[in-house]
Amino acid sequence: RICVITLAEAHPLLQSGKTIKNINYQISANCSRLQNKVSGKSKRGAQFLTELAPLCRISSSDGEEYTIYSCIRGRLIEVNENILSNPALLQEKPLTEGYIAVVLPKFEESKSVTQGLLTQKEYEEVLLKRLNSSS
Amino acid sequence: MSSLTEKDRPIVQLLLNTGTCPRCILRFCRVGSQTLYRRAYKNLMKDLEEFLRNNQEKEDRVCFDVADPPCKRIRLEHMEGSDDPNHNGALQQIPLINDENTAVENSSMKVCNVCLGILQEFCEADFVKKVCQKVNSADHQFSSFVFSVSLPPQMSVRERAAWLLVKQEMGNLGLSLSKDDIVQLKEAYKWIIHPQLSEELGVPADGKSLFEVSVVFAHPETDEECHFLATACPDCFKPAKNKQSVFTRMAVLKALEKIKEEDFLKHFPCPPSSPKNFCDVLGIECNNSAVFVAGRYNKYSRNLPQTPWIIDGERKLDSSVEELISEHLIAEFKADSFNFSSSGREDVDVRTLGNGRPFAIELVNPRRIHFTAEEMKGLQQTINNSSDKIQVRDLQLVTRSAICRMKEGEEEKTKTYSALIWLDKAIQKEDIAFLDDIKELKLDQKTPLRVLHRRPLAVRCRIIHTMKSEYIDRHHFRLHLKTQAGTYIKEFVHGDFGRTKPNIGSLLNRTADILELDVESVDADWPPTLDN
Repeated sequence: RICVITLAEAHPLLQSGKTIKNINYQISANCSRLQNKVSGKSKRGAQFLTELAPLCRISSSDGEEYTIYSCIRGRLIEVNENILSNPALLQEKPLTEGYIAVVLPKFEESKSVTQGLLTQKEYEEVLLKRLNSSS
Repeated sequence: MSSLTEKDRPIVQLLLNTGTCPRCILRFCRVGSQTLYRRAYKNLMKDLEEFLRNNQEKEDRVCFDVADPPCKRIRLEHMEGSDDPNHNGALQQIPLINDENTAVENSSMKVCNVCLGILQEFCEADFVKKVCQKVNSADHQFSSFVFSVSLPPQMSVRERAAWLLVKQEMGNLGLSLSKDDIVQLKEAYKWIIHPQLSEELGVPADGKSLFEVSVVFAHPETDEECHFLATACPDCFKPAKNKQSVFTRMAVLKALEKIKEEDFLKHFPCPPSSPKNFCDVLGIECNNSAVFVAGRYNKYSRNLPQTPWIIDGERKLDSSVEELISEHLIAEFKADSFNFSSSGREDVDVRTLGNGRPFAIELVNPRRIHFTAEEMKGLQQTINNSSDKIQVRDLQLVTRSAICRMKEGEEEKTKTYSALIWLDKAIQKEDIAFLDDIKELKLDQKTPLRVLHRRPLAVRCRIIHTMKSEYIDRHHFRLHLKTQAGTYIKEFVHGDFGRTKPNIGSLLNRTADILELDVESVDADWPPTLDN
């Protein structure tokens, strides 16, 4: 099951007033997500991601830096290079053309990965709770 | 050389003494007369012994009578010989050869140490009957046959040993013998058995026949005789995952090519030993070569996959294009199975209109192979009457090479489509008019996300040749397009997360999605159109 990683609706970067200064796929001295190369049907050579593996770091013009994590286990298929040339895309269409990355979990783990995620409804409940607890 | 001469005497004596059957003896003496091989076994034995007793000096004396044509002779012998050859017991009491050098035990038919019975028991009428019984019960339609035989690999080893033996003896007489001079076992076998099979089945033997009768022989008693070759030529024997034994016929032959004479003689007895048993028949199979049926299909359902959709043993959707078409063909042709292929394919929810999409079906081991054009038309009607989800046309028998032509079509031919498109922001008629003027639009399509789990990641360049738009309302329009083969239409419409560029959304500066897709035509000229 192919997975597309995007920013969540409630992510600070998607709140008004934020401008993106820079998107960096170089997450460490030895690892750049841009160098990810896959070949063949089984996507050999892909960088393997765990839940806490960073995909990229995004800095906003107000000096904040946000690390975007994979959140699921799997092979990294591609990262979205369109947002490098056009960062506004990330904020204008975060759930479609502004996606971050495409990940392919192992076939056997497919079910457990899905079960570890929230449904749209559950997510909205989390946001509601957050809103209520902060007010 | 068509018969035995004086020069052959020592060879005949040698081979007879060491347990070789008369027909193999003829082979090693390079006798090329097919008639001689067809003589009854006991007569050949008698003739050989007489030949050995005969002390004629004249070299060109022909020792065997070849006056009668082979078929007649076989029938005569059937009439004469009321004592049927008993496979395991006595043929007849063969008189001892009057020669001090021999001490041959002759009370029963000994298993030949070279052919292991192939040119003995398995040339007899009883075996022919057995084969023909199998053929007749298999219910195949055929007008000729090809007879193929699979021999155990150790026979090539024994053949080699016998050749070395004969070569040595001839060397002593100042003569040479090349491997190619010897009559091949399979060839001699076919000389003997083809006329008999042909007579029983009523059809001729033909190397190019579509109907194959194959017999597999095995000789477990001597299976281990090949094993020494593995130590002598280890690189010839690579364990293959699917094969039971590493000692395949090909591997053994390869090793025999490589091994040196001295090494061979060190490990294998020369002459070969006399086995206790004849070969076993592992199986007699009948097989018709595949026939190919081609045509074009239309698909009118938006709920039908091309091939059966089964996940974890559970069928997700009822039936499939290939099953609906092949079901009736399998029944009429009485085939074991089918292989369906088509010139490209469409998604479950896409209809195929117009002249339809070319397809070809390989029918494996069909029992019936002859169909007239009328019968094919009738078959087409039957298929069309059985379902409203698909319809076929131009149904016809084609050759195997036709499949290649069809697959060419998949890569090269253009297709036309009709797409029903939705837009988020409203449009006026004028807003989409410009699409009609765009010609040869180049697209870069990354492998669509919806197939990415089973396809490699790549970028495809594809061309949209022409487009024609049809305004419906402020949020909908219909687009007709003519595209290069292999273009992903759905992705061209919705953009696939921006991974297909350009796309309808980017061209119209809106968010677009596709509601319906139809294939209007597949522009191929094959298969030939029939007047349906």
